[in-house]
Amino acid sequence: MTTVEAPVGVGRRLLAGPTTGRLDTHLGLHGRPPTLDAHQLVEALRAAGLTGRGGAGFPTYRKVEAVLRAGRTPVVVANGAEGEPASSKDRALLAYQPHLVLDGLQLAARAIGARTAHIYVGAQAAEDIEAALSARGVGLDPVPVTVTVAPEAFVAGEASAVVAAVSGRPALPTDKRMRIAESGVGGAPTLVQNVETLAHLALIARHGPGWFRSAGTADEPGTFLATVSGAVHAPGVVEAGYGVRLGDLIDAAGGPTTQLRAVLIGGYHGGWVPARPGLEVSREGLAPFGASPGAGIVFALPVGSCGLAETARIAGYLAGQSAGQCGPCVNGLPRLATTLGDLAQRRARPGLTAEVERLAALVSGRGACRHPDGTVRMIRSAMQTFEADVTAHLAGQCLEAGVRA
Amino acid sequence: MTVNRLHVDWTACDGRGLCAELLPELLVEDDWGYPVSRTGETEPAVPRQLQSAARQAVDRCPALALRLVQR
Amino acid sequence: MSDALWYFGRGTGVVSLVLLSIVVALGIGARSGRTAFGLPRFAVNLLHRNAALLAVIMLAGHVVSLYFDPYAQLRYFDLVVPFVGQYRPVWLGLGTLAFDLMLALVATSLLRHRLGARTWRLVHWLAYLCWPIALLHGLQTGSDGASWWLRTVIALCAALVLAAAAWRVSPAFARFPARVPRRARILQETR
Repeated sequence: MTTVEAPVGVGRRLLAGPTTGRLDTHLGLHGRPPTLDAHQLVEALRAAGLTGRGGAGFPTYRKVEAVLRAGRTPVVVANGAEGEPASSKDRALLAYQPHLVLDGLQLAARAIGARTAHIYVGAQAAEDIEAALSARGVGLDPVPVTVTVAPEAFVAGEASAVVAAVSGRPALPTDKRMRIAESGVGGAPTLVQNVETLAHLALIARHGPGWFRSAGTADEPGTFLATVSGAVHAPGVVEAGYGVRLGDLIDAAGGPTTQLRAVLIGGYHGGWVPARPGLEVSREGLAPFGASPGAGIVFALPVGSCGLAETARIAGYLAGQSAGQCGPCVNGLPRLATTLGDLAQRRARPGLTAEVERLAALVSGRGACRHPDGTVRMIRSAMQTFEADVTAHLAGQCLEAGVRA
Repeated sequence: MTVNRLHVDWTACDGRGLCAELLPELLVEDDWGYPVSRTGETEPAVPRQLQSAARQAVDRCPALALRLVQR
Repeated sequence: MSDALWYFGRGTGVVSLVLLSIVVALGIGARSGRTAFGLPRFAVNLLHRNAALLAVIMLAGHVVSLYFDPYAQLRYFDLVVPFVGQYRPVWLGLGTLAFDLMLALVATSLLRHRLGARTWRLVHWLAYLCWPIALLHGLQTGSDGASWWLRTVIALCAALVLAAAAWRVSPAFARFPARVPRRARILQETR
């Protein structure tokens, strides 16, 4: 499933040490986690500058503060659903370092006064987590943890879908009446955190915010897990500090198998960027291309593969992954995918690109979740990064046709 | 400064079109009959002169998909 | 006086049935999301609602006058408990049943913002049960059972509702036939 490497110069943190998932090795390496109260937790998170590693990149301390403000007994949920097909970093983390994740979950739960905690993971990871939980026992887990198995679907990891699934309902996004931080599982203020974020918290509590900030950039501190796949020799999960050069990430995954055409960063709801090795993987570095590190997905597209064909394929997949609840998404995404398919197949007609943009604007913001918006973001970045291909396709040509690796 | 806005519960909306009729200044139907905000906002602001029409739309929506919220 | 109550009772009964048939047809029209007779959609929606409320008033007149009419021999609980009446209990019972269903339909509709769309929709489907029961009741209960004019009125009511129902199930009913139906995918866990 994964190999684990690190770019030169960045020490491994989350992925450091033996990756057996055993409790004794974990305690031997990291020791028992400290206990933090609510104030200490917020301060540590704020000083460290930890942001969510599930894709949105929201400052974690603000999420905790919002839950505390609600003033009622909260609930914590660790989200390891990872519905994104091109991502396997959460699965790797749960297999290799489940105790860091569970430490983080306990730290957060105890600090904010939660009496119950949940962990929401795929079926495979659920077995690893159940084993880890029984090894730990009440001593390490005073707040009881319930494991909920997440369906293998793209939208199953969306925050309101997570709350629904953990509450025993189908894993479908819901209409947002109130913020989850105010009312989530069972109406209680709920803190939903990606499993990687919790693992970082477990280390910050032990080593301090200063240590966390010694990697990454001043604005985007710390390390993150990237899933590098596509035209690389050794696809797998890599740990790096924010600001890492794109080329270094790709080299850490064995280097490119051939010249690269473009890279999809952040996943199927992310953005296409040109394959420039010097590109810094950070919000700041990727912003000019309408992309961001997201949940750390890096997908390398080789020369010889048509970016528009790949985009149309992904759009078709995303259309099929609609939860089926909202009219604009259920109707609009398939139409968008078909239109992109026409463009990818060089079935040019007047107004084709305008139609893509019209449909993109039509589905944006009109749904219970951000599935259409994320899809549109990826498509718009494709139209920009593959501008030359668009022009060629409209003229009936493909720039990648006849170019083989 | 919060303003009264029209919120659509998209999991309930069935594109029946009463709201687009009652609030033509704010809404129009898309290719499939679902309401689109003319302003491009996800939750269009409801000006004072349209408040009662908006309340009627919320009341009459057959799918109970509309709500007025303060944001 | 008793005669007056009896005739008033029967008259309001017939009018109620006619109104109920119109309400069902209007309900189907409202569901289609189309404009009708030059009326915008929300007006069709309101017309359906107002006709239903009028039908309830007529129905109340029907029930109350017959309650006070000694010939009908109605007791208190015959008004809501079906099939225990003294006079032609089966056909009367159908009327009571239809009345109960009407009460449920109207009460849930007036309270639908409190009950939520799902509950409301579930109960509202009973309209398709209520109307034929009311029709059967109208055909057999009164002493007009054999009269030709009542039969004609009832036939016209039936024709109206059946035509509307046929339209309801036809492909021409959908205003946006190309629309992909919304159906929440219950995402199964996979191993």
